Amino acid sequence: MRAYLTSPRFLRAALPAASFAILLAAIFYVQPRAMSYFGMNLMLQYTVPIALATIAQMFIITVNDLDLSIGPFVGLTACIGATLLADTPVLGLLALLACIAAYAALGALIHWRNLPSLVVTLGMSFVWLGIAVLILPTPGGTAPGWVKAIVGLKTPLVPFPIIAAIVIGIVVHVALMTSSYGAVLRGAGGNPRAIGRAGWSLLKIKMVMYAAAGFFGVLSGLSLIGLTSAADAHIADRYTLYAIAGVILGGGEFVGGRVSPIGAVIGAMTLTLTGSFLTFLKISPDWQIGAQGGILIIVLALRALINRREG
Amino acid sequence: MSVIRVLSGRAWVWSFLGMFLVWLVTAVYTGGKGSADVITAALSFATFTVIVGIGQMFVITTGPGNVDLSIPSTIALSGAVAMKLMGSSNDMLAIGLAASLGCGLAVGIFNYLLIRVLRIPPIIATLSSSFLILSTAIAYGRGLKIKPPPMLAEFTTAQVGGVPILAIVIILFAILMSVVLNRTVYGRSVLAIGQNMRAAWLAGINVERIRFMTYVLSALLAAICGFLLSGFSGGASLNMGQEYLLASIAVVVIGGTSVAGGKANVPGIWGAAMFMFLLVTMLNTLGASAGIRLIMTGLIIVAVITIAGGDEPQR
Amino acid sequence: MTASDTNIVTLENVAKHFGAVRALDGVDLKVDAGECLGLVGHNGAGKSTLMHVLAGTLSPGAGSMGIRGHDLTGSYNVTAAGENGIRCVFQELSLCPNLTVAENARIFHPSLTGWGWKRRAGAMIRDKLDEIFPGHGIHADDVVGDLSIGKRQMVEIARAFTTTDTPLHLVILDEPTSSLDAHTSKQLLDFVRKAVGEGQSCILISHVLGEILTYSDRIVVMKDGLVVASRAGSDFTRDTLVAAMGNVVEMEEIKEREARDVNRDHAPLVIEARSDTGQDSVPFVAHKGEIVGLAGLASHGQTAMLLKIYDAAMRGRNTATVSGPVALVAGDRQTDGVFHLWSIARNIGVRSLRNMVRNGLIDPAAEAEMGREWQERIKIKAPDMNDNILSLSGGNQQKALFARALASDAEIILMDDPMRGVDVGTKLEVYDLIRAEAQKGRTFLWYTTEMDELYNCDHTYVFRDGAIVADLSRGDLSEEKVLQSSFKASA
Repeated sequence: MRAYLTSPRFLRAALPAASFAILLAAIFYVQPRAMSYFGMNLMLQYTVPIALATIAQMFIITVNDLDLSIGPFVGLTACIGATLLADTPVLGLLALLACIAAYAALGALIHWRNLPSLVVTLGMSFVWLGIAVLILPTPGGTAPGWVKAIVGLKTPLVPFPIIAAIVIGIVVHVALMTSSYGAVLRGAGGNPRAIGRAGWSLLKIKMVMYAAAGFFGVLSGLSLIGLTSAADAHIADRYTLYAIAGVILGGGEFVGGRVSPIGAVIGAMTLTLTGSFLTFLKISPDWQIGAQGGILIIVLALRALINRREG
Repeated sequence: MSVIRVLSGRAWVWSFLGMFLVWLVTAVYTGGKGSADVITAALSFATFTVIVGIGQMFVITTGPGNVDLSIPSTIALSGAVAMKLMGSSNDMLAIGLAASLGCGLAVGIFNYLLIRVLRIPPIIATLSSSFLILSTAIAYGRGLKIKPPPMLAEFTTAQVGGVPILAIVIILFAILMSVVLNRTVYGRSVLAIGQNMRAAWLAGINVERIRFMTYVLSALLAAICGFLLSGFSGGASLNMGQEYLLASIAVVVIGGTSVAGGKANVPGIWGAAMFMFLLVTMLNTLGASAGIRLIMTGLIIVAVITIAGGDEPQR
Repeated sequence: MTASDTNIVTLENVAKHFGAVRALDGVDLKVDAGECLGLVGHNGAGKSTLMHVLAGTLSPGAGSMGIRGHDLTGSYNVTAAGENGIRCVFQELSLCPNLTVAENARIFHPSLTGWGWKRRAGAMIRDKLDEIFPGHGIHADDVVGDLSIGKRQMVEIARAFTTTDTPLHLVILDEPTSSLDAHTSKQLLDFVRKAVGEGQSCILISHVLGEILTYSDRIVVMKDGLVVASRAGSDFTRDTLVAAMGNVVEMEEIKEREARDVNRDHAPLVIEARSDTGQDSVPFVAHKGEIVGLAGLASHGQTAMLLKIYDAAMRGRNTATVSGPVALVAGDRQTDGVFHLWSIARNIGVRSLRNMVRNGLIDPAAEAEMGREWQERIKIKAPDMNDNILSLSGGNQQKALFARALASDAEIILMDDPMRGVDVGTKLEVYDLIRAEAQKGRTFLWYTTEMDELYNCDHTYVFRDGAIVADLSRGDLSEEKVLQSSFKASA
């Protein structure tokens, strides 16, 4: 048992949860009042959109690609949500479906021409932003009532963001980690040649993963306007970086198909908490992203340490 | 036919052709009015993109997965530090520049340490360091509204016959860097590493030293860009580097540098930077809205990589 | 009984050429049901290519393929192999390291879906592991990347024997025991006999001759892309098998060369190194002006030794004693040698950039001059040295890589089996050049998988399992001795 608890595999898996727990404990120590329904709700309310964007990024990273456009894409879906979806629901829904289809098409293009995802998604980030600006030139719009109602749900005992995060984590875990096709999808990140040799279509796999990323990007945008009520094309620009950081904090690796949906959700929560922690410490919010970068580096350093012991 | 083959072999030519074409359309549409001013403006603004683009080009040329995402925050930090130190005084100009370069050097070394010691993929390493750098810049430059020293402001905005002095300096610098790329041991080593890192090591190239120098070079250029940009725009602001993340990568790709590494082109960066600016100007002139301008920029990047990317042997 | 019941595979006159390299040069092969076929041959004899053809991952350039009584010439591929129950365990593992053992089993079986698939896949692979390797200690939910290389190989082998909806007819095992210890090797081979007894067929490729002799019904010997012997296993002894593998056509010219007059006692020592195994029978040493051979079967530690010496020289480490600058001639041109975007001249000059600098800049004239000089000296057949390196034939590319090393200031040249797939004419030219350079005081460390080349060497170290097992001087060298040291007597 002891050998298992100190094994690199266990340590790697436990690292995201441990960093989250340590941060949470530190917050409760500094500010005991945070240890309440209201306090938790306040600290973690932005977890939901960030976690959803992180999951979207995770699907892309699983197949050894990287999405630099997820932030602007979330911004675009937020703008569609706050305008088309609110005014003409059918049109809004179609627009959101088209967004997901566009993502699947990107996956196909990247596989077909063997393109670097970095540059393609970089270009697409301009496109998403441009469309968002066309739809909503100035900040505004209103979120559909039902979106606000869902996000603002008052759940008993445990605040909604925590329940939502757990549900997201479990649903994606079941789909990607325990389903039989999920194994094939992850295998395509681990050893694409072996997957191809076993007769699976790598094109289809890329399209499925990109479509899934698009789907979760849409959910992220909708949950975001549920919290803010109004939208703005630039509302989620930072999410690109958050989402990458969340996946890595959650124990995901950059290549090789080693990802963890539950870890990614925890990573997103850790990032969200960092901001609150600094507020409680009365450290200027200037340092918020610095602290997020610092945590990222510390966690990566710890992981390098664990891996070195293994190697 | 052979002309097309020659042209497609020299991808950077397209960026100049594109530049000329959009300028022509603009000039025709406006009846030639102000078309010289457009060039002046394009030169002024493209200059800054070119400075960071050259650094990014060297990084990208060292091979797949290498990219510097910390350029914007380095611009912000360097600008803030320099402005605060100089306090609008001409006497402090040298010290301000030295401080800027110091920031760049520190960032470059830090990035490389993350990549080498912690074995973090370059994208994640420069991303996380950019978080730290930006925070430092924000904390240091809080409420910063310091005017640049008059000499710096003058230098960055001065023109000779409609040609910005700074643009001339940076054109000369680009020529210098083109020589560095093609005619020095360092440049050759970068090109070799980008084609095949293992073969480069086995051919006697000190791969780690070259990568170190490349990340430091990129950070130094970002710092210089921050210094000059704050002189140009009348002071440092914290988000002044933001647009240069995407722009630096975009001009490298459009300028004919291979994202797969090992093939780089300095003149193409100038062409691409001018093209990008003139494209936006053209769309502006034609009455396109901000949204359309963004969409066109993005689609052009995707189109360029789709056409150029498939021919490269990707590893 | 129809043909399809007794005959699994019939290959007739199958050929596969890679450029000038004739990997398969007209091979006939028959595998019957319930037969264990042992396949042996020296490196480059064509075993791997033949196996890829059978697995459907390479399609042959000529010849006919009959599978279970059907003529599948031209239409055979991976899917057809699967449908006909033909499986292959490749030497490079084809497991996904990020997935568990059970998930890797599922990848192989598209029909394994639906509720409880993980349990079923886990049970399937566990049962097969239990059957082949009792006491294996592998769990179905272990992540493959965390397993030792030996256990990974066990999983890979067990997976090849699992069945869901199509029956299994033939399993091809390429060096299946290379990462297994003696105990598990025996478990596997005993299982193979059992499976064969139940009517399945098996092709066993191994360099452990004892395994082949003990477990095969029939042994096929390949050499230079041809089947040179195919007889019942009992007809062979260890010695006759080694003799059948040896080269018939010798390059007499090389063999008859006199041993060069290099006196080890007088020439200074330039290299002293040991392998990481700590089981060397003698340390690896080289003296100034010597040509030292590294022999043995492919990837048994020879390249690792060269890289260790290279690393020590480049980084100034004390993991090996090296006095003098080194240069390396790569054998795997595409991954270790050639810069594919560059011209021939640039590819030659890259090792000597520092010496071509005038006033801080690389002198293009010096670079062109070096290209011209070496085109002349090593006879690179190219219209223009400014042409892209890939415009050259493989042999000429290899000459360019030689020129890169020889044109440099290196006193020690490491050669990582550089003559693979190079024509005889080129070889003879390069051999002369090497001997001339050695005469001038350069030291050559020469890893080669071709026996004849060793006759150029003043000393030959034979490697097995990463360690040096024999040290043969030029006078002692014989093919027989190298083979005897390279092959273990038994597992």
